[in-house]
Amino acid sequence: MKSWFVHAVFYTMVAVAVSGVKGFAQSTHYTTNSGIVRFSSKTPLENIEAENKNGQAILNTSTGEIAVRMTMKNFNFPNKLMQEHFNENYMESEKFPTGTFSGKVETSIDYSRDGLYDVTATGKFTVHGVTKSRSIQGKMNIASGKITITADFQVALSDHKIEVPQIVFVKIAQQIQVQAQFVLMPVNK
Amino acid sequence: MKLYRILLLLVIPAMSQAQDDLLNQLQKSDSIQAYPVTATFKSTRIVNGQSVETMKRKHLDFRISHRFGRVNSGAYQFFGLDQATMRMGFEYGVTDRFMVGVGRSTSQKVYDFFGKYKLIQQTSGAKHIPVSVTLFGGTGLATVNRELEFQDKIYYTAQVLIARKFGERFSMQVSPSYLYRNKSLVVGDDKLLWAVGIGGRYKLSKRVSVNAEYFWTAREKNTPTAPYYDSMSVGVDIETGGHVFQLHFTNSLGMIEKQFIGETTGSWGKGDIHYGFNMSRTFSFDRKNRKSAP
Repeated sequence: MKSWFVHAVFYTMVAVAVSGVKGFAQSTHYTTNSGIVRFSSKTPLENIEAENKNGQAILNTSTGEIAVRMTMKNFNFPNKLMQEHFNENYMESEKFPTGTFSGKVETSIDYSRDGLYDVTATGKFTVHGVTKSRSIQGKMNIASGKITITADFQVALSDHKIEVPQIVFVKIAQQIQVQAQFVLMPVNK
Repeated sequence: MKLYRILLLLVIPAMSQAQDDLLNQLQKSDSIQAYPVTATFKSTRIVNGQSVETMKRKHLDFRISHRFGRVNSGAYQFFGLDQATMRMGFEYGVTDRFMVGVGRSTSQKVYDFFGKYKLIQQTSGAKHIPVSVTLFGGTGLATVNRELEFQDKIYYTAQVLIARKFGERFSMQVSPSYLYRNKSLVVGDDKLLWAVGIGGRYKLSKRVSVNAEYFWTAREKNTPTAPYYDSMSVGVDIETGGHVFQLHFTNSLGMIEKQFIGETTGSWGKGDIHYGFNMSRTFSFDRKNRKSAP
């Protein structure tokens, strides 16, 4: 009887401890709503560039899990007709409004120490409604309580069923160069 | 040791769903309130009438439009194709919301000038605006009759274009219209004419849509002194990036508001239908992208 009581108290304490740990885990989240994502299509005939300044990212430093989300309509082209064609004809932004990445940082990092790290994140990359498993390499700079993530990678149009008809008069590269920069701040600050 | 195991058991299930949770969190914290609803129509015209679309900044739209003769004119006239009237237009986006245009129609030798301003942009998202509204104002000079005083060659048009894109495929527009001729073409017609246009498009694929429009005029139709009908048109838009081809059938011969709203003499019921097309080619004068649009 007495040992039952001791156990009960013990488990209650564990539960409190765990919830405390979970509460602590919340503050290990780093996030931003103003990440910058640029892409460029380079061909000998024409370069097309666009920029999205409202990229979202969240990183859980206790697990290494990371998610990135961007809204296609936030990609800003200097040429607004191109922007309309991008949304209307290529990305079909009404049907597929966002591009996302959700995965895990494979490299083990001590987030409490400042420094520049080469990192690899593996997970699901979704654009134009098509999900691909991808491993994306980048750099992580931890300094003064902020985590800056930068990554350069390529996206093949054919991987995501983005069709460019033969009749189009402007050349669009089959491989799109993507540059991303996210400055993440701790969530509870 | 026991404590550690319990901890582990409690934490693992919480972790497995964490990745999707992170994405959901991002969705919740999306701070952008409004996304513009673009491409309500493929072109600045639905068929004959203006759409809510304006040319984008530093883009020039070179338009060549043709209307052939009536398809019921028989094999001798090759079902209308022997006769053609045309309008050539240069239309330019001053800002992303304001455009100006000039044109010349062979029918009645008209020079037309217009400005178009997008007053309200339809948006989706938390800050929701249900419609786009564009103001259109135009004037022109019909120079065919040299006997007329200069004043009498002039007409004015004003329209409020209200459109809504109801989803990816379907858009509708209502266009209250005002038309004033300093001198009407026939004695039985008033100088002032009110009309309401209704038009729409349905996208069959990413690049092809079916369009239709009808202009109801506030006057008696087909009177002995003013043999005019309401304008009705159906057509297909084909967009190839930079080019828009609009192919259609219409009972109007003219391609400017004065003519198709005010002076349509054909009747669908009698088969007075004209085949026609608008060809629109967009050139970009954006410094960074000297070449044409995609």
